[in-house]
Amino acid sequence: MKSFKEYIAYPYGLWMLIFIAVPLLVVVWFSFLSNPDFKAGVYTFTLDNYQEFMDPVYLELLYRSFLYAVIATVICFIIAYPLGNLIVSLPGHRQNLMIVLMIIPMWVNFLLRTYAWMVLLSGSGLISQFLGLLGFRDVSLLYTQSAVILGMVYNFFPYMLLPIYTALKKIDPDLLRAATDLGANHFQMFVKIKVPLSLPGIVSGCMMVFMPAVSTFVISNLLGGGKYMLVGNLIEQQFLTLNNWNFGSAISMVLMTIIFLVLGIARLITGKELDTGGQLL
Amino acid sequence: MKKIFRNLAFGLILLFLYAPILVLIVYSFNDSKIMGPWAGFTLKWYVMLFQDRYILQALYYTLIIAVVATTVSTIVGTISALGIYRMRAKLKRPYLLLNNIPVLVPDIVMGITLMSLFIFAGMKMGLTTIIIAHITFCIPYVILAVLPRFNRLPENIFEAALDLGATPRQAFWKVLFPEILPGITSGALIAFTLSIDDFVISFFTAGNGVSNLSITIYSMAKAGINPKINALSTIMFGCIMVLLILINIRSEKGIKHIQ
Repeated sequence: MKSFKEYIAYPYGLWMLIFIAVPLLVVVWFSFLSNPDFKAGVYTFTLDNYQEFMDPVYLELLYRSFLYAVIATVICFIIAYPLGNLIVSLPGHRQNLMIVLMIIPMWVNFLLRTYAWMVLLSGSGLISQFLGLLGFRDVSLLYTQSAVILGMVYNFFPYMLLPIYTALKKIDPDLLRAATDLGANHFQMFVKIKVPLSLPGIVSGCMMVFMPAVSTFVISNLLGGGKYMLVGNLIEQQFLTLNNWNFGSAISMVLMTIIFLVLGIARLITGKELDTGGQLL
Repeated sequence: MKKIFRNLAFGLILLFLYAPILVLIVYSFNDSKIMGPWAGFTLKWYVMLFQDRYILQALYYTLIIAVVATTVSTIVGTISALGIYRMRAKLKRPYLLLNNIPVLVPDIVMGITLMSLFIFAGMKMGLTTIIIAHITFCIPYVILAVLPRFNRLPENIFEAALDLGATPRQAFWKVLFPEILPGITSGALIAFTLSIDDFVISFFTAGNGVSNLSITIYSMAKAGINPKINALSTIMFGCIMVLLILINIRSEKGIKHIQ
């Protein structure tokens, strides 16, 4: 392959510099500027934007985003892990069919999927009517915290299922049989063999749900009715309605820091796991 | 007993995943503006949908953006993957790091950074900015799909073809290209789906004049429930099902052909 030289990738390198690296640096830079000074053309370095974020109102909002994302991730995991095990226990062709059936809803536009829950949860919607029959009158589930979390679970569930399924499928059934043969009971086999071997899948599934959930503003706007502001909503608001880009940039930096911290922790977990995996063999 | 439990679990999860979509489909034929009891069959929401210039234009923009972004990012991504494959390690690492940023960073951050850049550079928000943004977040996925294909190739496959008398053009199209084609196809498919489905990045880089389907649905849904959206989702879901069945038939034919 020596006939091909690395310089054919240089144009893309330039593209990445202009449209990925520079914009990120611009936002980092913005986050350290004070707003009025920037408009006057005078650049003053300041930490005010980050200090402003330390206000209890914003901290509570950050806590809420984190909490909702964690709850959604945990719910997805609780459903996806047993489900993944059930799918793996099916014969091969039915496994594929099941996975395809789980993915098809993902091909429906993300906004439409969220909108569908608006219809289901609304005051005149099916769920409220059903609750009405049970005696709970005029219950609207739309624009509640549960609706926001439900929207996260519904939209991101397949991201949890797929890596878990792939990890479970890769486990050699002989290993599980060997564990039981060597005297492990079902619980021990599960905790000591199955969970550790599927841990990389679990971790990447959790990441794939947590990251979009913690940064969403669509779900909280449509299903929460704007009542439950998340970090994403705050960023959107600062950039699009309040035009306070400097504060908005600072919040984005906080959000990125959280995500990279979580990514780092995930790598730490799977990194260790890979080591013990080596020892196991 | 175990089987019953298993089927029950599958049934419940499929109900959870499909119920919202089915409800949308059913209500798209309901002759009532509220999503309450059944008020009779109607096609008026479909008629209204096709009279809505705004939605039709959004559909047109969505397709234009997706086709341009997919074409550009597939070509550029494949060529760049080849370049990165041949790259010295010192340069390869920063390339892959930068390339991974759009994959790892949340959409909203990609959206605001690009928007800041466009406004900073004095560019007018519109079709150009949205297409640039889509190309930027599509190329990384193409590279991630194509690069492993290059890594798996025998070291001197291209030169071997040349030695055996192929012209460089033949060696590329008849030897190298078929080997990496599956990667290119899946990269292009990922790019196309991401572009069609994208809301957040488009939302920040679209400006006022241009709007894709996601943005249109968002602004309609923010105002509350709208039966026209139900009709739109039914049509889109129908298209997906037809596409899936077509792919299925084609692959079954392929299997028969091999047999």
